[in-house]
Amino acid sequence: MTGVAERYDSATPEADIAKDLVRRSVWIAPALIAGGAIGWGLHGALSAAVGVGIVVGNFLFSAALLTWGARISVAFVLGMAMFGYVLRLGIITVVVLLIKDLAWVELIPLGFTLIITHLGLLLWETQYVSASLAFPGLKPTPDLDTTSKE
Amino acid sequence: MLSVLAQQFDISGADYIAGQEALFAGLAYGLSALGPAIGIGYLVGQSVQAMARQPEAAGMVRTTMFLGVAFAEALALIGFVVFILLKFA
Repeated sequence: MTGVAERYDSATPEADIAKDLVRRSVWIAPALIAGGAIGWGLHGALSAAVGVGIVVGNFLFSAALLTWGARISVAFVLGMAMFGYVLRLGIITVVVLLIKDLAWVELIPLGFTLIITHLGLLLWETQYVSASLAFPGLKPTPDLDTTSKE
Repeated sequence: MLSVLAQQFDISGADYIAGQEALFAGLAYGLSALGPAIGIGYLVGQSVQAMARQPEAAGMVRTTMFLGVAFAEALALIGFVVFILLKFA
């Protein structure tokens, strides 16, 4: 049966992308933390690190919700996307409002890190995804490997 | 509206400005969250339709949908950052 009640158990593209984003954030984070440290000292570095953590956590949570929704039904993905958006935005707001008064939190590096990390990681990942979607041959698959061995 | 309230309750200039800051910071965040919400709803709705019509392309659709949702969400994050910088920095 095909339709909106279809389940997608096998593939988890959101989780794959989120894991890829986490891997790429390891490269971006030191630069942002260094930028925070140069501009605002130790507090700036800590705030930048928190910003990177929030963005990475947001991606992972978003992917987890969408993957979970797709396992139930494709129609549930819509609910998870909308509910997840409100939930994640709420969590980010609450986290930032809770930590904003702490002595080591600098709001300017935290805010800029949130935006730069989110957009930077997405643009980087989009380049990779665009290339592999447009030219599927660039991405090695287990089938191709088997064929080449034969 | 704020100026009428300020006159009625004899609010001083500093309080009036603080009230305006809070109002417009909240408005900025609210409006910036509204746009992506509409965009994400449309994007995911179209993606669900695509997956229902062509289940074999679901992997590709979900990949681009996830990235699209994240890009739309960036606008809300920008609004949120403007909010915290206007209100608290």
